[in-house]
Amino acid sequence: MAKPSTWIPHVETFVDASRPSNQQAASLEAIAALVKKDLLTMEAVVREMEMYLTTTDHALRARGILLLAELLTRLVSKPLDSATIHSLTGFFTSRLADWQALHGALVGCLALLRRSTNVGMVTVTDARMLMKSYLENLQVQSLALHDRKMCFELLECLLEHYADAVAPLGDDLVYGICEAIDEEKDPQCLLLTFHIVGVLVRVFHDPLGSISSFAGDLFDILSRYFPIYFTHPKNDDIDVKKDDLSRALMHAFASTPLFEPFVIPLLLDKLSSSLLSAKLDSLKYLSYCTLHYGADRIAKHAKAIWSSLKEAICTFSPQDTSFLLAFESPEDMRSQENEVAAEALVCLERILVQLDSSSGYSFINFIVEDEDIEMIFRSVTGVLGYKDLTAEGKQKLHALGNILFVSARVSSSSCNKVFQRFFTRLIEILGISSRNFSVDSILNDSYVFPEGLNFGALYLCINLLVACRDLTVGFKETKPYYPQVEDFWCCLLQNFSGPLADFLGSTLIACGSHDTEKDYFYSGVKGLQTLATFPGSSMPISKAICEKVLTMFVSIITGRCEEELLWKLALKALIQIGTFIESSYDTEKRTSYMNIIVGETFSLLSLDDSGMPLPLKLEALNGIGSTGLDYMMRLIQGLEEAISANFVKASVEGNVKSVEILIYLLKFYSGQVLPWLKKTVGFEEVALRFAVNIWDQLESSKALNIGIQGQGLLDAIMTAMRLAVGDCTEESQALIVQKAYCVLSSMTFFPLKESVPLAPIKLENLKLIQNIVSLSSRDEWLISLFSSVLTALHPPTPIPEVREILKLLTIFVLKGYVPAAQALGSIINKCPLKINTIETSSVCTLEEALDIIQKTGLYSVLSKDPLSNGTDGSSQNLSNLFCVTSSKSLFQIHAIVGLAWIGKGLVMRGHEKVTEIAMLILKCLLSSSSKEIMPLQQNALENGNGPDIDPSVVRSAADAFHILLSDSEVCLNKKFHAAIRPLYKQHFFSSMIPILLSSIKDTESSVARASLYQAFGHLISDAPLAAIVTEAKKLLPPLMNAISILSLDNLNKDLTYSLLLVLSGILMDENGKEAVTENAHSIITNLLTLTSYPLMMVVRETAIQCLVAMTGLPYTRIYPMRTQVLQAMTKALDDRKRSVRQEAIRCRQAWASIASRSLHF
Amino acid sequence: MVSGLINANPTVYERKERRVRSAPADADEYAVEHIDAQEIFDILCCGSRIPYVFIICFLSMTWVLKTTVHAFLSVISITISNHVRDIKDPEHPYSLEELKVVTEDAIDVDDEQSHVRVTFTPTVEHCSMATVIGLCIRVKLMRSLPSRYKVDIRLAPGSHATEAAVNKQLNDKERIAAALENPNLLDMVDDCLAPTFA
Repeated sequence: MAKPSTWIPHVETFVDASRPSNQQAASLEAIAALVKKDLLTMEAVVREMEMYLTTTDHALRARGILLLAELLTRLVSKPLDSATIHSLTGFFTSRLADWQALHGALVGCLALLRRSTNVGMVTVTDARMLMKSYLENLQVQSLALHDRKMCFELLECLLEHYADAVAPLGDDLVYGICEAIDEEKDPQCLLLTFHIVGVLVRVFHDPLGSISSFAGDLFDILSRYFPIYFTHPKNDDIDVKKDDLSRALMHAFASTPLFEPFVIPLLLDKLSSSLLSAKLDSLKYLSYCTLHYGADRIAKHAKAIWSSLKEAICTFSPQDTSFLLAFESPEDMRSQENEVAAEALVCLERILVQLDSSSGYSFINFIVEDEDIEMIFRSVTGVLGYKDLTAEGKQKLHALGNILFVSARVSSSSCNKVFQRFFTRLIEILGISSRNFSVDSILNDSYVFPEGLNFGALYLCINLLVACRDLTVGFKETKPYYPQVEDFWCCLLQNFSGPLADFLGSTLIACGSHDTEKDYFYSGVKGLQTLATFPGSSMPISKAICEKVLTMFVSIITGRCEEELLWKLALKALIQIGTFIESSYDTEKRTSYMNIIVGETFSLLSLDDSGMPLPLKLEALNGIGSTGLDYMMRLIQGLEEAISANFVKASVEGNVKSVEILIYLLKFYSGQVLPWLKKTVGFEEVALRFAVNIWDQLESSKALNIGIQGQGLLDAIMTAMRLAVGDCTEESQALIVQKAYCVLSSMTFFPLKESVPLAPIKLENLKLIQNIVSLSSRDEWLISLFSSVLTALHPPTPIPEVREILKLLTIFVLKGYVPAAQALGSIINKCPLKINTIETSSVCTLEEALDIIQKTGLYSVLSKDPLSNGTDGSSQNLSNLFCVTSSKSLFQIHAIVGLAWIGKGLVMRGHEKVTEIAMLILKCLLSSSSKEIMPLQQNALENGNGPDIDPSVVRSAADAFHILLSDSEVCLNKKFHAAIRPLYKQHFFSSMIPILLSSIKDTESSVARASLYQAFGHLISDAPLAAIVTEAKKLLPPLMNAISILSLDNLNKDLTYSLLLVLSGILMDENGKEAVTENAHSIITNLLTLTSYPLMMVVRETAIQCLVAMTGLPYTRIYPMRTQVLQAMTKALDDRKRSVRQEAIRCRQAWASIASRSLHF
Repeated sequence: MVSGLINANPTVYERKERRVRSAPADADEYAVEHIDAQEIFDILCCGSRIPYVFIICFLSMTWVLKTTVHAFLSVISITISNHVRDIKDPEHPYSLEELKVVTEDAIDVDDEQSHVRVTFTPTVEHCSMATVIGLCIRVKLMRSLPSRYKVDIRLAPGSHATEAAVNKQLNDKERIAAALENPNLLDMVDDCLAPTFA
C-alpha cells in the first residue's frame, strides 16, 4: 500500500486550479497508475479526499469530484468490488443535484455506467436511482454545450445498457426525455438525441404502452429538424456532416411504426417543396420508412404516395440528355436534378415490393390504371420519329419508360399487369405482328428504313424487355425468378421474341450511317443484347433466337467496321453477352457463343485482306477474348499462328507489311494478352510456348532478311520475350534458356568451343575479330534475344555453360551491344557468392564471373597501357586486337557502357567490387586532364600506345554514373527478379561523393573538371533527395558550381534541369534551410544566370520559382541581392514564354515586398 | 462622417468560364508566345477569389468628394482601413470580374507596339472610387508588364459622371507618380493588390 503522503501531493496539484493543466494531467495519471497496480484502493482515495469532496468551496469541490470521476474513467477496465461501485454510484447520483459541481458528477456517472460485467457493473437498482435523480435534478437544455453532450451520452448509455432498470419509470422517463431533447441545436448533440429517440422506442416496444401516447409529442420534437439544412463551414473541428445528421434522423423516423400517421403526411408535404434537397431527403426517408413500417401502414397512404412520386418522376426526369445515357444504365442517372427522379424510382420500387399482390395489396393497379400514364403513353407513341419528339416529349418518354421498367421488374404478377396493359399495344404500334421480318430478305431486297418507325414505342418496348430480363436474372438483392408457362408476359415474349429480334436487327441494318439516327442504334443494340442475355435456353427466349442475335452482331463486327459508333456498340454488347454467359455457367449458350463469335471473329486474324484495319481487329479480339479463359486460349492460339505466319513472311521474303503487322501483334501480345493471363490462370504454359516458338522460328530461318524496320521488330520481340520469360517459374525458364542456348550455338560465328581468350594465339584471335566485326543480322538477333532471356531469369535458374556465355557476352559488349551489357549486369547481379552443388557447368560464383569478364578484356581496354597487362600468360588479349583493328575510342565507349551495367548489377546487390569499377570509370574521367596539361608528352605517348582518351569517351564515362544509379525499365528491376539491397543508392552515393569531390578539388584542368562535374551531376540527380538534404551543407557549393559549369554546355541541358530540381528540393526541405542560408549569395547568383537560360523554358521557370522560395530566408542574407533580382525579373517579365512571365510577376512582387517602397517604376 | 452605401447591392455577374489555354504537346522551345488580352485579363482578375475585395468595399461607400483625389485619399485612407475591417465579409468576395468592372473584351493589346489599353466600367456612374480602381489597375500592370509597355487606363465612355477628369488624372504621369509618393496611398494600393499576387 502506498503511503498517503506519497500521493496526496498529486491530489493537491490536481485540485489547485492555478496549476498548469499538464501538471494536473500528470498527477491524475500518477494516481490512476497507483490504483491500477493495486497500491491504492478506491476506498482509501475517497477517504483521504473526503475534505475535497464535501467542502463548501464550490470550485474546490468541483475539482475534487472531477478528480474522482476522471480516476474512474481511467479505471474502466479495472475490476472493482460491488460495494465500492455501489457507494460510488450512490455518491455520484446524489451529486447530480449539485449544479455547481455537475461536470464531475456527469463524468463519474458515465464512467461507472460504461463498465462491463466482468469488471463489476452498476446494479439495476442503482441505475434506476441514477435515472430518477437525473430526471429530477437535471435541466439539460440550460446546461453548457459540453455538459449537455455528456447528459445525452448518459441517457443513451442508460437506455441501451440498463433498459430493464429504466423501463419501469414509464411516462416520467419519456416525458423527461422529451423535455431534455427539446430545442437542441448542436449537431453533435443532435446526433445523440436522434439516436436516443430510436433506443427509447425500442425500450418501450409495447405498442399500447406509454410510448404510444407520447408518439405525437416525440415526433413533434423530431419533425422540426426535417429536412436537415446544415451549412457548417468545413474548417471547424466538428466533423459532423449533413449526411450523418440526415441519416440519424432517418433512423429515428423509422424507429417505430407508431410515427407513421405523422411521418408520411410530413414527407409528402415536403416532397412538394421547391427545395431540391428537401425533395431528395423526403424520397430517401420515404423509401426507408416504407421498409420499416410494414405494408399495412403504408397501404393507407398508397394513393397519395403514388401521385407524389409520379409527379416527381415526370418533372425531374432528364430532359435534354440523349437516350445514350438512359441506355447505359437505367437505374443510375446521377446528375443533380435527375437524382430526384432516380431517388423517386428507388422509392417506387420499394413500395411496389412492399405492396405486392402477395401481401394482399396491389400498388401496381394505381400505375396501370392511372389516367396520366395512359395519356403520356398515347402522346409519346403518337409521335413518329425520334427527331419529332419535343424536349418535353422526351422527358415524358423517359419518365414513362422508367416507371414501366421499375414496375415490370419487381415481380411476375406486376409484370403480367404491365404486359397486359402495354406490351401488346406496343407490338401493334411497331407493326411487328403484321409484318413478317427476316434479316436475309432485308439484306437482299433494298429494304427501306421505315420513316415512321415509332421511336417512343421502340424505347418502351426495350425497357420492358430489360425489365423482364432483370426479373429472370435477379437484380440487386432480389432472387432470380423462374418463369412459368402460365405467366402471361412469358407467353407473349415467347411468341414475339423471334419477330422482335428480326425487327431490331432490321433497324440496325437499315439505319445506315446517319448521325441523326444514332438513338435507333442504341435502342437496337440494347434490345438485341437483352434478348441474348436471358438465362436458360428455352423459356422465354429460345436458344435459336440467342444464336440469331449473335450472328447479327458478328456480321456487324466483320462487315461494318467503317461505322464507328455501331461497331463499338456491337462490340460492347458482345463483350457483355460473353461476360454474362461466362458468369451464368450455361454450357449450351457457351457452346454457341464459342462457335459463332469466337470461331467467326478469330478467323479475321488469318485473313490479310479483309477491309478491317488491324488495330480494330485486335480490339475486337481482345474484348471478346477477355470475357473468358476458353476464348482467350483460342485467341492466343490464333495469335500464335498469325505471328509465326507473319514471321516467316517477314524473315524470308522481307515483306515490309508483314513486319508492320508483326510489330503490332507482338505489342498486343505483350501489352494485353500477357497481363490478362497473369491476372487469371494459364500464364506459365502460354508464355513458355510463346518463347520456345520464337526460338524455333529463329532456328528454322537460316537467314534473316529484314530491312530497315528490323530494329523496331527486334525491340518488340525482345520486350515480349522478357515479359514472357520474366513471369515464368524457374523450371520453365530453364527450359527456355536451354532451348535458346541450343539455337545460339548454331550461330555462324560461335567462338565458344574454341575457348578463345584462354588460348592466346594471335592469328586465331584476329580471325575472330574479323568475324565479329562482320556479323550477320541473324546472329545479331540471336545474341540480342538471348540477352533479353538472360535479363529476365530468376536468380536460381541454371544457365548452361555459363562461363562460355560470359565470355561471349563480353565480346559482344565490346562490339557495342547494349542488351549484352544488360544481360551481363543481370547475371552479375544474380549469381551466387558460393556454390553448394558439385555440378558447376551451369553455375558460377560472383568472383569467378567477374574474373572471366576481366580476363576477356573488358577492363583492360580502359587501362592506360594495355600492353603492360600482357606480361602474364594471356598477354595478347582481345582488347589489344580491338585497338589494332578498329577505332579504339569506340571500343572504349562500349567497354564503359558494359562496365556501367555490370557495376549497376553490383551496386544493386550491394557488393563492394563496384568501387573497383567506379574507380576505373573515374580514371577515364581524370585522364582527360593529362592531355591538356602535357600536350608534348601526350603526343609522345600516343605513338607508344599511351593514354589517348577521346572526349566522347570521357562523356560516356560521365554518363556511366547515370546508368549506375538510375532505374531501368528494361532490366535489373523488381519485375525481372533483380537482387536489390535496401538503400543501395544512398550507400553508393555516400561512398562515391567524397572521392568525386576530392578529385574535383585536385584537378586543375577545366575540361576534366567539367566532366567530373557532369558525373557528379548524374550522381546527385539520381540519388534520393533525403540523402542529399542531410549532406546539404557539404554538397551545395559543388552543386552550384556544377550548375554553373554544366549550363554552359548545350548537351547538358537535361542534366542542368534535373540538378535545378535537386536544388529546389533542398530549398523546400526544412532540414536544408541552414545550408541554403549559408550559401544564399552563390545560389541567388546562379539562379539569376539561369533565369535567362536560353535552351529550356522549364529551367527558366524553375529558377524563378526557386528565387521565390529564397525570399523565405532571413532578411539580412537576401536583402543585398534584392536589386539584382529585381533587375533580372524586369528582364524576365519580357520572356518569350508565358509561364515564365507569370512566374516572374510573382517573383518580382515577392522580392519587391521584402522591403517597402522603391519598386523602381 | 456619415456613411451609407451608394450601391449596397451591386449586381453580381457570373464569372465567365475561363478559356483554358491548350498547351501544345510538341511545344516549340523557341516559339514566342505574345502577350495578349487574355494574359492581361488574367493578370488583373486572376489569383484567389478575394482580389479587389478592398476596392469593392471602397466602391460601395459614399463619400462627399470635394477635394482633389490626391488630398482626399490621403485624408481618408486611415479611416477607411478601419471600415474595411468591418466590411470584410468572406461571404461576398466579389472580384472585378464578377462585377464586370473589367472584361476581357475591354482590353486592347499590341505586343509589337508595346501598348495596352484597359477600359473599365464603374458599377455606378457617380462612383467616387473610379480613380482608385484605375490607380490599382495601373500599378498592377506596371508591376507585371515589361517596362517597354505604355499603359492606357480609361473609363468606358458614358459610364461615369466626371469621365474626362478621371481619364486625365489616370493618365497623367506626374500625378500618378505623386500619388505613389504618398505612403498612405501606396500602402492602400499594395493592400488592394496583395491577394492578386497569390
